[in-house]
Amino acid sequence: MSIDLSQFFEVFFEESFEGLDIMEAELLALTPGTHDLETINTIFRAAHSIKGGSGTFGFTVVSNFTHVLETLLDQIRDGRRALEQQHIDLLLLSVDCLRDLLSALKAEEVPDEAVANKLKADFESILADGVCGEYAANESEDKPSSTQSSGWAIKFFPFPYLFKTGNEPLYMLHELEALGKLTITADLSHIPEFSKLVPDECHVGWDIELHGNIEKEQIEEIFEWVLDDCDFSLNPIGEVTPSAEVEDTKEESEPSIEPPAQVSEEKKETKPTPTQAAKAPSAVKKGETNSIRVAIDKVDSLINMVGELVITQAMLCQLAEREFDENNVNMLQEGLAQLSHNTRDLQESVMRIRMLPISFVFSRFPRLVRDISQKLNKKVELKLIGEQTELDKTVMEKLSDPMVHLVRNSLDHGLESPEARVAAGKDETGSVTLNAFHQGGNIVIEIIDDGAGLNSEKIRAKAIENHIISENEELSESEVHDLIFRPGFSTADEVSDISGRGVGMDVVRRNIQELNGSIEVNSVAGEGSTFRIRLPLTLAILDGQLVRVADHTYIIPLISIIESLQVDIEKVNNVGGSVEVLRLRDEYIPILRLYQLFKHENAITELEHGLLVVVETDNEKVGLLVDDLLAQQQVVIKSLENNYQRIEGISGATILGDGRVSLIVDIAGLIKLAGLKKPGKQGLSIDSLIQEMA
Amino acid sequence: MKKILAVDDSASMRQMVSFTLKKAGFDVTEAKDGNEALTIAKSNQFDAVISDVNMPGMDGITLIRELRGLPDYKFTPMLMLTTESGMDKKTEGKEAGATGWIVKPFNPEQLLAVMNKVIR
Amino acid sequence: MTDIATTEEDIKEQSVEYDHEEHELEATGESRQFLTFMMDDEEYGVDILSVQEIRGWEPATVLPNAPDYVKGVINLRGTIVPVVDLRQRFGLDSMEYGAITVVVVVKVSLENNDEKIIGLVVDAISDVYTVKAENMRPAPDITEHANAEFIENLMNVEKNMVVLLNLPRLMEFSQSSAVQATS
Repeated sequence: MSIDLSQFFEVFFEESFEGLDIMEAELLALTPGTHDLETINTIFRAAHSIKGGSGTFGFTVVSNFTHVLETLLDQIRDGRRALEQQHIDLLLLSVDCLRDLLSALKAEEVPDEAVANKLKADFESILADGVCGEYAANESEDKPSSTQSSGWAIKFFPFPYLFKTGNEPLYMLHELEALGKLTITADLSHIPEFSKLVPDECHVGWDIELHGNIEKEQIEEIFEWVLDDCDFSLNPIGEVTPSAEVEDTKEESEPSIEPPAQVSEEKKETKPTPTQAAKAPSAVKKGETNSIRVAIDKVDSLINMVGELVITQAMLCQLAEREFDENNVNMLQEGLAQLSHNTRDLQESVMRIRMLPISFVFSRFPRLVRDISQKLNKKVELKLIGEQTELDKTVMEKLSDPMVHLVRNSLDHGLESPEARVAAGKDETGSVTLNAFHQGGNIVIEIIDDGAGLNSEKIRAKAIENHIISENEELSESEVHDLIFRPGFSTADEVSDISGRGVGMDVVRRNIQELNGSIEVNSVAGEGSTFRIRLPLTLAILDGQLVRVADHTYIIPLISIIESLQVDIEKVNNVGGSVEVLRLRDEYIPILRLYQLFKHENAITELEHGLLVVVETDNEKVGLLVDDLLAQQQVVIKSLENNYQRIEGISGATILGDGRVSLIVDIAGLIKLAGLKKPGKQGLSIDSLIQEMA
Repeated sequence: MKKILAVDDSASMRQMVSFTLKKAGFDVTEAKDGNEALTIAKSNQFDAVISDVNMPGMDGITLIRELRGLPDYKFTPMLMLTTESGMDKKTEGKEAGATGWIVKPFNPEQLLAVMNKVIR
Repeated sequence: MTDIATTEEDIKEQSVEYDHEEHELEATGESRQFLTFMMDDEEYGVDILSVQEIRGWEPATVLPNAPDYVKGVINLRGTIVPVVDLRQRFGLDSMEYGAITVVVVVKVSLENNDEKIIGLVVDAISDVYTVKAENMRPAPDITEHANAEFIENLMNVEKNMVVLLNLPRLMEFSQSSAVQATS
């Protein structure tokens, strides 16, 4: 039987990466000098599983490396070695190393063993130090040279309890039989008289002569499990044959084994087919495989719902077969209501399949915070709240980078040094909290620090310096704080090792907006800052506001809508003869006429007769002129680019209840389409227009 | 059809063991740790049990000891999956009532050869 | 509408029958099958294997700032599919759409292994031809044809000349023109 082990690789990699995450998290929880058995056991188990799996599936690079790691852990676990900081550091580096090795293997690349070899040497030098002579001995275990004989005399007398170990002497005799010619004599002398006989005990022994050219180990292997549970002896019959004669006997015995040899040849011939067949799917698997593991309860609930759907469908079918009358109308309506209920539930359940707990993202932060705070010489306590909050896998993947940036930022710029904290009357250990929770159809993630808070004066000064705002512009506190998300705010000269990397908060905001989300900051000087990210639970569905322009229906993402209003024509100015601007409270909102941008005829062209939907993106507000507001509904996002191409100002399409296609408006694209943003130039021309007016 | 209970906390190993045994014509039930295995074993009868040693919750040796104490599993072959370095584990396992062991890493052929020693 | 439905079905049935034949013929490499349609008294053909379905015209959702020959997008069982008026694409006078206006939905493999589905508005379906290799003579004067860029080949079928369309070329849409807001 040939079994293609590669079918298990994906699961193996998946669980190994999970195991590494667990190891990392648990390692971070360890304190040198203590003996937290449970934590060490968990780490040991994870390493052990990776070693076992990698060995079984032929990833020897990994299993060899894990072996040294496991040896050290084993010693710590048994209390033979005290846990030191250097052990934790080395183990953490090993986790990184294993992750790289496994990633390379997963991508079917040749892993770089340099790091592994270096770490392995480090482990070995620790292991060689003190405690463990056993370790070296383990490695250099000599295989005993094999002894051969023309036959063996075996005495095998099981102890009475043998059956209770689950072993079956008969099977062992069968196995011996497979090795060569047997002469068996049963020794019945120990059978007690009938009244004393215990039926589930073994009272029979055997004297066995096994003839043939058989290695001692082959016999020992058969009795390996029961050696302690029986009287056992194994002696060669006659002379031990020198190696030259072994060959002779081989030749002699050859004719007799010819038939089986042919069989095995035949087997060899047929073998290539299954192997080739097995190879084909593994080639498809190459590269990134996108699979998710789904909790069984989610699948069960899906099955339940499909069951309900089938019942509803059957009921509707029955109705259709009947004569149609008034009574049926009620039943039909009921059935349809049931159907829509089923459909909605089903949709939710299917969406839930893609949902994973946010702990997948959160779990990388303990390590990150530890490393960065060490580098910065700051004391930080990280709190994780709401780790089980679920969100879409795709959203999660794209959320990771912005969050890393924000946390780095909090550690670097937010939290003060221990001295400064003490001077300010705070605990010298700062705190960073990651908090996730659901709110409506959204997930909210907060990154909270108790640091110094944003310095409004500095931000303002810098914004003026970088020409983001004008010197005499009046802004509220929160508007000033919001400036940090403006493109061009962070500049090259303050790129630090930690949070710099040339990426500004504007990129963070853009990344989050690409996910149809939003980010804002609340900060109190001296007390800390809270960054709040709000994201839809999934990318596949969008809460939309349906609007009408002439006889076309468009969808505006609800998350970007601030308000809808009727235009007071008195408050509209025409700036520079090209852009209409509405004065709304303290703000100037450029008006975009959708019918104009989309070149639709027969739309309402008088501002006061239409409706203005004020939307915000990239911290810019614009008003979209539409004929009318229609319903609000969740829509499933479909791609236009699959069969057509990108359209400026449109982010996608959806299918409405009546089966017609409706287009989803892309606000950033509209602004570009309207020519309000000059490409290649930092800052917004809206700002300059407003400045012109002020 | 002979029924086998396969216990391992690692999904890939469990799948490999289960797949191999099923292909060889056994009826295999999977469990992901000792506790789950014990619960399953109590409400079913198996012709053999094959279990990993290192598992969260109840480990393999405890599982074997618990099972061996049950009347239904008095004579049932129980094998443990162990690693080459664990000779002391083998002894510990035997004392708990294990029939024998399979040393990791092993391949499907080796697994079947070993199963052949305890059930036919 | 019922008329179209029957027509549609007839054609589908036809194509199913032809499909069997096609496979046999394909194996010998002797001939290909084409679905042809009429436009302005000229007969155009596409490989029948690329045809997904034939449907009656229904209003499409207009795409803003799209070229005029792109009539919009329709919902093809959950997939968003653009519809192109072939007359306008070829610079012919457009015809009023009516009950017999037909949309031929084709799937085209592009060079980058991508596949796109597109609907083509044509005047009417004409026929299905099985053309033997020896009858597929490329006409020498392709370049003189008004829409040479969309033509893969010309072929003589019985006494008619059929223009074989270059579908991948038809999939290239000119970029929508950006507009500047002026008021």
